Amino acid sequence: MKPKVAFYWCASCGGCDEAIIDLDETLLDLLSSVEIVFWPAAMDFKLKDLQGMANGSILVSFINGAIRNSDQREMAELLRARSRMVVAFGSCAQLGGIPGLANLSGAKSIFAEVYPGGVTPRSFHQENGHALRLPDFFDNVSALGSVVDVDYYVPGCPPTPSIIREAINRLMGAELPPKGTVLAPDKALCETCPRKDTRPEKLLVREFKRTHQILPDQQTCLLAQGLVCLGPGTRAGCEAKCIDGNMPCTGCFGPTSRVRDFGAKALSAVASVADCNEEALTEEVMNGVPDPAGTFYRYSLPSSLLTPQHME
Amino acid sequence: MPEAFEPKIVAFFCNWCTYLAADLAGTSRMKYAPNARIVRVMCSGRVDPQFVLEAFAKGADGVLIGGCHPGDCHYQEGNYKALRRCVLLRRLLHQMGIEDERFRLEWISAAEGERVKAVVNDMVEKLRALGPRVPLRHEEVA
Repeated sequence: MKPKVAFYWCASCGGCDEAIIDLDETLLDLLSSVEIVFWPAAMDFKLKDLQGMANGSILVSFINGAIRNSDQREMAELLRARSRMVVAFGSCAQLGGIPGLANLSGAKSIFAEVYPGGVTPRSFHQENGHALRLPDFFDNVSALGSVVDVDYYVPGCPPTPSIIREAINRLMGAELPPKGTVLAPDKALCETCPRKDTRPEKLLVREFKRTHQILPDQQTCLLAQGLVCLGPGTRAGCEAKCIDGNMPCTGCFGPTSRVRDFGAKALSAVASVADCNEEALTEEVMNGVPDPAGTFYRYSLPSSLLTPQHME
Repeated sequence: MPEAFEPKIVAFFCNWCTYLAADLAGTSRMKYAPNARIVRVMCSGRVDPQFVLEAFAKGADGVLIGGCHPGDCHYQEGNYKALRRCVLLRRLLHQMGIEDERFRLEWISAAEGERVKAVVNDMVEKLRALGPRVPLRHEEVA
């Protein structure tokens, strides 16, 4: 009997499911060796199909997306019970991702912004004898690992086809990696960057620029050109696709194993290349990074050592 | 009666200047607020922003970093790196809801025992006015 595999999405954009489709012919090879028993984004499955399965009957569940509401948590818990392995797939599941930036505001101010005029969705509503139950909207977004036990992580926004293929091969192989492994190379993107040789020995930047402010040279290290490139602090494995597109790294592959807080470490790496030794000038240079939380925690705010405190 | 709020400060002092200043304050029998838990580091440039976040996450009400005056760093430019990181880190902390007064960088030379006393006293006073910072853990959030 072929091993059973499930794919599921929580708070995500759908790009991770797209990334699996992007495996192209590899997906057909995969289908010859595994049986997909649940994948609502791409095939017709219902909740009762999953409920009807025995605990531990799925070999591995790939769950993408962060946990924003009670429905996602319940689905994650159900998949956890049915699966022998759970893989947090993509930045949102691994670290909280882009939806996690919502943690800079609480549920109350999010609703006030999205539903002006006092119309607020409620979890339970009754009308003419009919009752409607909606998922509870949590005050904060969490990474998958804060809600259920996660065995492995596949980084990326979205993970690249080669990272996905490699991850699947390792999970189907005879020897499993140690629990908690991030299935990608454990070194910084800079080490594998095609522009590595143009990075000066002593990198100093007089001014930080945003991508719309300059046309960067296509061969030179982007950080050396003043763009906030998070390559020094981000895990390799993405094949430097953004760099190839002449765009700086925004950190979607997350930290290497030596780092505990991605945002703090990325901030440290970027701030220390600023060429300023005097307080007023430093304040001015740092104006080039107008949104530090959104820049350094773009994909990882819910995994920060600090939970944002809502001032509401 | 509820106990008076005693702010907890985690203070990272560099080995060559500020730690010696704190030592001087001690040997000179200066009296100042006992609220700072001093951690000796080799250089203010050694203070990884992760240390600051962890201090706050574990319940510090304030974090103080002390280093050599500009131009006096034992390692030439460690204090400049500390300055650059701290300026940006303060802005990040602000976005995370941590008031600017809770995070402070000061240049204090080995001869300035008096300044350690003044800075710690001043910070304690400001933190007392702000009140305790209630740290949330991720588990409590969902």
